[in-house]
Amino acid sequence: MRMELNGAQILTNSLIEEGVEYIFGYPGGAVLHIYDALNDQDSISHILVRHEQGAAHAADGYARASGKPGVVLVTSGPGITNAVTGIATAYMDSIPMVIISGQVPSMLIGNDAFQEVDAVGITRSCVKHNFLIKDISKIAVTLKKAFHIATTGRPGPVLIDIPKDITIAKSEEQVYPSKIDLRSYKPNNPIDQVQIKKAADLIARSKKPIIYSGGGSVIGNASKELREFTRILGYPITQTLMGLGAYPANDKLSLGMLGMHGTYEANMAMHGSDCVIAVGARFDDRVTANIDKFCPTAKIVHIDIDPTSIGKNVAVDVPLVGDVAQVLKGIIATLGDKKVSEISSWWKQINEWRSKNSLHYKREKGIIKPQTVIETLYEVTGGEAIVTSDVGQHQMWAAQYYLFDEPRRWINSGGLGTMGFGLPAAMGAKLAVPDRDVACVTGEGSIQMMTQELSTMLQYNTAVKIVNLNNRYLGMVRQWQEFFYDKRYSMSYMHALPDFVKLAESYGHVGILVEKESELKPALEEAFKLKDRTVFLDIITDQKENVFPMIPSGAGHHEMLLAGEDDMVSTDDEGLNLV
Amino acid sequence: MRHIISVMLENESGALSRVAGMFSARGFNIESLTVAPTNDETLSRLTVVSVGDDNIIEQIVKQLNKIIDVVEVTDLTSFEHIERELMLIKLNVSKANLTHIMKQIETFSGKIVDASDDTYTVELAGQSKNLDAFMEKIDQSLIIEISRTGVTGVIKGNK
Ligand SMILES: Cc1cc2nc3c(=O)[nH]c(=O)nc-3n(C[C@H](O)[C@H](O)[C@H](O)COP(=O)(O)OP(=O)(O)OC[C@H]3O[C@@H](n4cnc5c(N)ncnc54)[C@H](O)[C@@H]3O)c2cc1C
Ligand SMILES: Cc1ncc(C[n+]2csc(CCOP(=O)(O)OP(=O)(O)O)c2C)c(N)n1
Ligand SMILES: [Mg+2]
Repeated sequence: MRMELNGAQILTNSLIEEGVEYIFGYPGGAVLHIYDALNDQDSISHILVRHEQGAAHAADGYARASGKPGVVLVTSGPGITNAVTGIATAYMDSIPMVIISGQVPSMLIGNDAFQEVDAVGITRSCVKHNFLIKDISKIAVTLKKAFHIATTGRPGPVLIDIPKDITIAKSEEQVYPSKIDLRSYKPNNPIDQVQIKKAADLIARSKKPIIYSGGGSVIGNASKELREFTRILGYPITQTLMGLGAYPANDKLSLGMLGMHGTYEANMAMHGSDCVIAVGARFDDRVTANIDKFCPTAKIVHIDIDPTSIGKNVAVDVPLVGDVAQVLKGIIATLGDKKVSEISSWWKQINEWRSKNSLHYKREKGIIKPQTVIETLYEVTGGEAIVTSDVGQHQMWAAQYYLFDEPRRWINSGGLGTMGFGLPAAMGAKLAVPDRDVACVTGEGSIQMMTQELSTMLQYNTAVKIVNLNNRYLGMVRQWQEFFYDKRYSMSYMHALPDFVKLAESYGHVGILVEKESELKPALEEAFKLKDRTVFLDIITDQKENVFPMIPSGAGHHEMLLAGEDDMVSTDDEGLNLV
Repeated sequence: MRHIISVMLENESGALSRVAGMFSARGFNIESLTVAPTNDETLSRLTVVSVGDDNIIEQIVKQLNKIIDVVEVTDLTSFEHIERELMLIKLNVSKANLTHIMKQIETFSGKIVDASDDTYTVELAGQSKNLDAFMEKIDQSLIIEISRTGVTGVIKGNK
C-alpha cells in the first residue's frame, strides 16, 4: 500500500526526484509546512538568503554557472513580490529557474487575506509559464511540467504558486513522472533542411561575412559547434554581452563584443558586412544601435530556437528555427566539400579597423584606472575565474577587458540590467562550481543593493572575491549626464559611502582597501590566496573615466565614439528618446 | 490589414488572461475578442480580430504560439473562411419611423427578439461589415444601445 503524505512532503519528494541540489529561499507563514518537510531529508541543501531578491539572483547564478535550473522557495505576499526583480532578471536572459511560492489557503484566495498577492498575475509577464496548484493530486505532475518547461526550448523561469492548505492536506504518495508530453508545448520541432541548405549557400558565397553569436550559444551549450563552424569557415566572429566565452576571446578570429560598447572592428565589420550570421542572438537595441542604420548591405541568416526572436526587430533573409548546436551541425555537414569564398581582402580591412586598438586607454600616474583593475584580475586569475558583475560602467569594463575563453564563466544581467545581481549570483555560482575561483566585479552603487547577502555568504562559506570599482559615482549615469545633459549631474554622486572594509569585516569577511596602483596586484593575489574566505577589495578608481567605444543613442555602428573623442558627443532629440 | 486569428486554448484558469496580457504588454491592438467552450471540454476557442501589417501579424501569431496554454493558432484570414458576429441593437420605435426601421431590418435579415411599447430589440448576425452597414443605415438618433459579440469564424470546407 502507498503511504499517505501531506502536500509539502509530496512537493519535497518531487524536488528530490528531480535531482535538485540547492534551494535558495526564505520562510514565512504560507510555506511553513514545506519548511517542515525539508527538515526530514538531506538530499537538498537549503540556502537561507537574507532577502528574496537575493534568492532569485543566487538561483540564477547557480543556473548560469551549472546549466542546471535554479530553485527558489519563498512565502506569499512580500516573499514573492521581493523575488519578482530576480525572476524578471532571469526571464530577460532566458535562464532556467523554478520558483515555488506559498499562497494563502485556497478558501481565502481573493479575499485580501493576510499576505495575499496574486502571484500568478504579478509574475505572468516575467515568467515563461506559471501554475496555481488547486488540487493536491496535481503536485508531482505540476513540478514535472515546471522543470520541463523551464529547461527546454528557450529556457526561462516557471513559477508554482501553492496554497497552504494544499501543502497540509494528505494524499497517497505520488509517482514523480519520468517524462512528460504537453500537447500545447513542443520545443523540439524538426529543423528545416531546405533552410539549412539556403543558409549554407549564402554563407559560402559571402565576401564580407561576420558571425554574430549571442547568449543562445551559451544557453544551448553549443560552444563546441560554434568553434568548429567558425574555424572551418575562417570567418570573423563577434559576440554579444551575453555570448562572451562561447567562442574564445583570445582567438585570432574573434573581434570581441559588438554593440553600444563593442569594439571598433566588431561594429565596423557589422556595418560593412554582406552576410551576418546571427547565432542565438536576438538583435537587442543595445546591439543594433539605430535600427535604420543597421547592417545596410547585409543579408541576414538567423538561428534561434524561439520563432518570436526571428524577425522581431530586424527583417531576416534566412530564418532558421532550432537549437544552435543542431543547426550548426546541419550547416557544417551541408558545407561539407562546398567551396567557401576566399575573404583575405575582408580580413585586410578588418585588421585595419583592429589596428585602431579601440580598447586602448591612457594610464595616469597616481590614479587607478578601472580597466587596469580588470586586466590585473585577468592576470591574477589566469583568465580562469568565473566573473559575475553588477550593472554599470564596471560591467562593461569587465566584459571588455577580461578575455573569456570558455562559456559559463561570465555571468551578468544583460536584458534587465539589474543592479544588485552580482553578489548573490556569485554566491550561487560558487555553490555550483566550488572548485573554481569566483570574482564579483561591482560598483559602490550596485553592491549597496545587496550587501545583506554577505551574511548568507558567511553562513554557507561561499568564498567570493568582491572587486569593487569604487568611483564614488553611479558612473554609467554620470557618463550619460556628461555626454547628453551638458554635464548637469543629477543624483549620480554617491554621498555617505560606508567604509566597505569595515562592512566586510563586520560580516566576518576580509576587507582590503586599495588606493594605489602599486597595491593592486598584491592585493588581488592575496585575496585569491585566501581560498576559503570571502574578500572585499574596495578599489578606489578614477572618478571620471568613461566607457569607450560608445555608440551614442540614435547613431549607427559606424558612428562610434572612441576614447579621446568625447568632446564630439551630440545627440538629436530622437536619439535622446532611446535609453 | 484586419486579421481574424483563431486560437485553441487549454481550458485552464488564467489562460485567457495570458492571451489578453500578451496583447497589452506588447502593444498589439485587439478589435474584438471572443472566447467560449468547444466540443472538446479541455479546449476553448478564442477568436481575436487585430489590425496590423504583415510583420505585426506574424509576431502576434508567433507570440500566441509561444504561450504555453495555446494549443493551436490559425490566421483565418489566410484561408477561405466564414466569419460571423452577432449584434443586439435596441431602437426607439414610433409610428413616424416604423417603416424606416422595418425596411432596414428586412434588408439586413434582422429579427425582432423583444418589443415594448416604444422599443424594439433587433438581433442581427453576419459579417461585421454588414453589422457596421446596418448601424450606418439606421437613423442614429433611434439607437438606444448596442451589444456586439465580436467575431468568430471557421475555415471553409474540410480543412
Ligand atoms: C549597461 C548595459 C550595457 C549593455 N551594452 C551592450 C553592448 O554594448 N553590447 C551587447 O551585446 N549587449 C549589451 N548589453 C546587453 C543587452 O542589453 C542584451 O542583454 C544583449 O545584447 C542580448 O544578448 P543576446 O542577443 O545574445 O540575447 P540573449 O538575451 O542572450 O538571448 C538569447 C537568444 O538565443 C536564443 N536561444 C536560447 N537558447 C537557444 C538554443 N539552444 N538554440 C538557439 N537559440 C537559443 C533565445 O531565444 C534568444 O533569442 C548591455 C546591457 C547593459 C545592462
Ligand atoms: C535596480 C537598478 N536601478 C537603477 C539602474 C540604472 N543604472 C544603471 S547603471 C547605474 C549606476 C551604477 O553605479 P555603480 O554600481 O557604482 O557602477 P558604475 O557605473 O559606477 O561602475 C544605474 C543607477 C539599474 N540598472 N538597476
Ligand atoms: Mg560607481
